[in-house]
Amino acid sequence: MAIELKMPALSPTMEEGTLAKWLVKEGDSVKSGDILAEIETDKATMEFEAVDEGVISSINVAAGTDGVKVGTVIALITNEGEEAAAPSSQPVVSDPLEIPAHNAPPANASNPKPAESSAAAANGEMQTVTLREALRDAMAEEMRRDDRVFVMGEEVAEYQGAYKVTQGLLDEFGSRRVIDTPITEYGFAGVGTGAAMGGLRPIIEFMTFNFAMQAIDHIINSAAKTNYMSGGQMRCPIVFRGPNGAAARVGAQHSQNYAPWYASVPGLIVIAPYDAADAKGLLKAAIRCEDPVVFLENELLYGRSYEVPVGDDHVLPIGKARIMREGTDVTIVSYSIGVGLSLEAADRLAEEGISAEVIDLRTIRPLDKATVLASLSKTNRLVVAEEGWPTCSVGSEILAICMEEGFDDLDAPVLRITNEDVPMPYAANLEKAMLVNADKIVAGVRRTLGV
Amino acid sequence: MATTPAKKSASKKASVSEDAARANRERPTEPVPYKATKEELLKFYRDMLLIRRFEEKAGQLYGLGLIGGFCHLYIGQEAVAIGLQSALTPGKDSVITGYRDHGHMLAYGIDPNVIMAELTGRAAGISKGKGGSMHMFSTEHKFYGGHGIVGAQVSLGAGLAFGHKYANDGGVCLAYFGDGASNQGQVYESFNMAELWKLPIIFVIENNQYAMGTSVNRASSEDQLYRRGESFRIPGIQVDGMDVLAVRGAAEVALDWVRSGKGPVLLEMKTYRYRGHSMSDPAKYRSRDEVQSVRDNSDPIEGCKAYLTEMGVGEDALKVIEKEIRQIVNQSADFAETSPEPDLSELYTDVLVEQY
Repeated sequence: MAIELKMPALSPTMEEGTLAKWLVKEGDSVKSGDILAEIETDKATMEFEAVDEGVISSINVAAGTDGVKVGTVIALITNEGEEAAAPSSQPVVSDPLEIPAHNAPPANASNPKPAESSAAAANGEMQTVTLREALRDAMAEEMRRDDRVFVMGEEVAEYQGAYKVTQGLLDEFGSRRVIDTPITEYGFAGVGTGAAMGGLRPIIEFMTFNFAMQAIDHIINSAAKTNYMSGGQMRCPIVFRGPNGAAARVGAQHSQNYAPWYASVPGLIVIAPYDAADAKGLLKAAIRCEDPVVFLENELLYGRSYEVPVGDDHVLPIGKARIMREGTDVTIVSYSIGVGLSLEAADRLAEEGISAEVIDLRTIRPLDKATVLASLSKTNRLVVAEEGWPTCSVGSEILAICMEEGFDDLDAPVLRITNEDVPMPYAANLEKAMLVNADKIVAGVRRTLGV
Repeated sequence: MATTPAKKSASKKASVSEDAARANRERPTEPVPYKATKEELLKFYRDMLLIRRFEEKAGQLYGLGLIGGFCHLYIGQEAVAIGLQSALTPGKDSVITGYRDHGHMLAYGIDPNVIMAELTGRAAGISKGKGGSMHMFSTEHKFYGGHGIVGAQVSLGAGLAFGHKYANDGGVCLAYFGDGASNQGQVYESFNMAELWKLPIIFVIENNQYAMGTSVNRASSEDQLYRRGESFRIPGIQVDGMDVLAVRGAAEVALDWVRSGKGPVLLEMKTYRYRGHSMSDPAKYRSRDEVQSVRDNSDPIEGCKAYLTEMGVGEDALKVIEKEIRQIVNQSADFAETSPEPDLSELYTDVLVEQY
């Protein structure tokens, strides 16, 4: 019987990839360990090895094909003497997570070079880029603009970024400004903070914010408090950035949302963008900012494509929320990946005749209370959708603000629609049950409307 | 190690096999006591005396309730800051230390008035009264604090050194930490990166023998702390930290090494604090005799005085200095007591630099 070779998942978040190149052709004999093909994910080009012996009886996906879904049969191997069977046509592995696809066409193979800076921008022209490219372009543009800006972290230089966010930066800026560190988060967070105190503009990349727990002392005790405890004499203009929150199937220690932790600290700016235009505009603002910034990205969004203004002057104000969708019956407040879930929920609610306003906080500290309260005064009902734990969450803070400053506008209690209050499980079904999703948001909105 | 007439250190000599293992690599030359001119020596004496009298006064003000919280005095360790920082250029070379920071600030020529006013929590303090004893900074002098988390200043110092190298400004960072901090993990993370990237930094362990109440040999498996950088290929030198000329001599060697691009160097300063860890420490972990013996035999200021006497400086000249120092210190205390507290509106300023 023929063995089906399927498009492999080569990372926890990979949903599809490009079949870059076949290294075998139909009729070739292969044995276990032979390299059959090169597959490009949104992060890297990987070799695909045979695990069985036999003859390649058919190649079903041609070299150079983009957007091959994980699980698609790409070739068949037949044991010698057997006849090739027809491949089953459907991918058998479903997406591990239901991720909303607002403004998110399939991720193309990422652009290996930072976009050239454009002097003539701001003409309203847009281009489609992935969120990871938008982040990279933001860094590249700011590095071109200011020699004090440098990037430091694990695998940021020669490896081109553990999640390819720093791809191409080493080539353009060299090893003086794009610096690979040993695996020592506490140490290099301190080195970056000290460099900022001394007058540079470091961008410190954490491979994930889970690892920044090792470095949280420098983020809070050294960076956040410096300006205050020096009476305004010593600044610390630094950006700590990296993926935050749940990825996919990586278990409890790699799946936490730290927004509420950092947002509780005076002296820090905390930014958690949703789409690529915000990621770029806010990262550029963060790099130019005189205050220390914690910039929380989301791994699941890195490969998504969005419209971003062309040019190198797309800088957004810190501390301003955005109304993503106007509505009249209820307000859904969210940030980061939760914004996509909220928009999906709003679409579904619209089908039921419920008009939901969706607010993307964008900056978690300082929080744009005015935008939240203005929306509440219009809709009189509010839920917070947050990919994170409920206890002492950003949602808890929004609740408190609505109680303290918007009480008279409330027609119903404010609800927190969040992840479950448990560590992240590994099993696919448990993970799905643990995470917030559009269904849960829809249910929460119905509850607050009493329908 | 550099030996001096003032103090016989109890350190062990490196064994022959260790020496052989390290012989393949270039090492800094053995420091020799600095040959100070009479004027230089008088300045060392004066500067050490300023720290001593300033700290004694701070202790008094603490007793009167004018200084609150934690207050860590530098009395006994004066030769370390003066010997090292006299070799640096304020405004070019950077200095960073932990919470026992008054002495290092005075050694960098920062106005005693604004330091004392910070201790009393007044608006005129160098941090506007918002930092206190442990959190003082002078970016003008390139003095970067003043840090309260044990060992944090070592990583931050590596970052300052990274900045010197990045800007190619010829500066060196001097990062002080104690024997207690020398057991913190981030110190070794910093050693690794500093040597890997050949950062211009001098790591200075002020080994005053006690991490709060725990003696070095109760806390450190390798109690010869100058060896702590060797596995990162950072050469270490043990120095008599009670002798200002030995310290300055070591500073010259260390600076030569670092400024020539050879990477970091580690200096272990064998020193002693006469007072408790902080003002609230009854210091029951050591005997009065131990403290008295150091005071009698190794006091850095008395040692310096002996050198001056050898050079023919008479008691009268030293008394003039003493009088001048007392005046400066009394003035700083008056200033610190009479300056107003910060305005209440200051509570909300300086949290962030920008408006959002």
